[in-house]
Amino acid sequence: MSSPKTQNPFAIETQELTKVYGSGNTEVIAMRDASMQVRRGEVVALLGPSGSGKSTFLTAVGLINPPTSGRVFIGGQLTFEGPRARTNLRTYRRQHIGFVFQKSNLIPFLTAIENVQIALELNGQTSAAARRRALELLDYLGVADRADNRPSMLSGGQQQRVAVARALANQPSVVLADEPTAALDSHRGRQVMELFAQVAHEQSAGVIVVTHDQRALDIFDTIYEMEDGLMRKRQPQTK
Amino acid sequence: MNLASKDIRHNLGRFALTTFGIGMLLMVVMGMGGIYRGIEEDATLLVDRIDADLWVVQRNTKGPFAEVSRVPRNLVDRVLAVPGVGTSREFVYHTIQRERGGKLLRIAVLGLSWPTDKGEWSPLIAGRTLAKNHFEMIVDESLGIHLGETIKLGKDTYTAVGMTRGMLSLNGDGLALFTTSDALAIQFDTPGEAVRLERAAREARGERSELAVQQPTLLEQALKPSADLPAIAPPQLSAVMVGVAAGADASRVADTINGWGDVSVYTRHGQRELLIKGLVDKVRRQIGLFRILLTIIAGIIMALILYTLTLDKIHSIALLKLIGAPNAVIMGLIMQQALVLGVLGFGIAYLIGQKVFPMFPRRVILTPDDLMQLAAVVLIISVASSLLGIWKAMRVSPNEALS
Repeated sequence: MSSPKTQNPFAIETQELTKVYGSGNTEVIAMRDASMQVRRGEVVALLGPSGSGKSTFLTAVGLINPPTSGRVFIGGQLTFEGPRARTNLRTYRRQHIGFVFQKSNLIPFLTAIENVQIALELNGQTSAAARRRALELLDYLGVADRADNRPSMLSGGQQQRVAVARALANQPSVVLADEPTAALDSHRGRQVMELFAQVAHEQSAGVIVVTHDQRALDIFDTIYEMEDGLMRKRQPQTK
Repeated sequence: MNLASKDIRHNLGRFALTTFGIGMLLMVVMGMGGIYRGIEEDATLLVDRIDADLWVVQRNTKGPFAEVSRVPRNLVDRVLAVPGVGTSREFVYHTIQRERGGKLLRIAVLGLSWPTDKGEWSPLIAGRTLAKNHFEMIVDESLGIHLGETIKLGKDTYTAVGMTRGMLSLNGDGLALFTTSDALAIQFDTPGEAVRLERAAREARGERSELAVQQPTLLEQALKPSADLPAIAPPQLSAVMVGVAAGADASRVADTINGWGDVSVYTRHGQRELLIKGLVDKVRRQIGLFRILLTIIAGIIMALILYTLTLDKIHSIALLKLIGAPNAVIMGLIMQQALVLGVLGFGIAYLIGQKVFPMFPRRVILTPDDLMQLAAVVLIISVASSLLGIWKAMRVSPNEALS
């Protein structure tokens, strides 16, 4: 498979994404003509009230939920054309996209290190190499001392940092985060946001963060807002 | 990383309990197969152990095991006179029930043509074979009679001089080997008063008979035990066992004896078939149906357990799909757990069975072939029962990880 990192300036590009749920009287338009371009190394915030279509957009870009119409490119590769997948979505997700969610979403029967390790092993790394890399990431995020604890033994913040470590494990070209700081205090929340910015710049990854946290908006390069399924671009605050 | 083992370790208590339950169920399936093998083994044990090429029994009966057969004692000599017959032996077989030490004692009595047959063929684990024509017996250990112990049967007392292991009748009763005369004495033991009454009746009938008036010695004979009066004695043997002479054609010998109007002849194989098809077949079918039902139930329970275990992991499965885990990884997680459940269940069934089955009143015989067959069935139901869970897992959308 071609490497999206070296061939196209855009990590993410969406063209007029529309998502319609139901039909007839029960039809709901969750997202309408949403277009966005995220350069490599760029950190984008997506703001908007609940039900505005942010998560619908994120799941379309994350190759989880196909749009009704419009196109999604990841690293220049067409992945969705309307509802039709143009690549093997699961393989593409595994190789190029890292996810972080509001809830930490760790696998409960795996330890912290194993939760990171599994993402690496699924991508073809040997067990030993995956374990080394996972430990490095946990150390980088300050939770190496909890490596052998299961998620139920970790605090919300620690779980979230493990989830971030997993998202970054395969050095993805795209990182998608849905309110990743919701379970964290403001200090930890800002640290996580700064981490995303750091990863975006160091790994030349495109990062989209859905957030309600107005205090950390200075970290983002670009800000988009969504309301009633419509997306518009806002200039960032002064850094 | 083996996800199945990680999940099992995480839910160790529940998994162990489930495996134990499946193991107990499989133990019942295993045990029922073993019970059938035990019945088959017990049924054919005597035919297999006793060295007889042909069995001569009462005409039109399937005796002496499948049904009662009575032949006269002089049949032994008649058979011996047939060309091609090497040996001809009496066979006496019947079951008695006595009370001993307040407990019920059932003995399958087998008479041996002593001194031709002293019981050398029996699997002795202690003591010796029959050295005298009277008052000795070789007993199976299952009867609970110790070596050197005496037991009164009828009017006589018998001493246990030898002990066997695994010598059981079709009904699972322990065998005791006596000489033919002792076996008959035990079988036809009648109270003294009954003997006296029979003799008196016989004498009275004789006195009214013209023949007895003309031949007074006939009346003297009438006073003897009925067993000593060939003309009026009831047939006493169960069968006659024939050993065909070296080089002789067994089928010709059988044809010759079959030509007589009062007896039927079976080969060893024929006798075995009579036992298996006649006596054991219904038991086999009954147990076979129970085994099939239990296997199906075990399969359904395993499927439900695996389905429930899968439901518990739905979020994790969705998450695995979200981070790009191929279907093979998720299928492997469920199928490996099913196989671990099946294999451990089978192991538990075997290990507990080894401890429990010897306590059963009847023999439970686990043959390697039967164990292999059951292992294969367990493997198949393990895979089949995981399909429901796999089907559910395949339908999970990665979206569910976000909810």
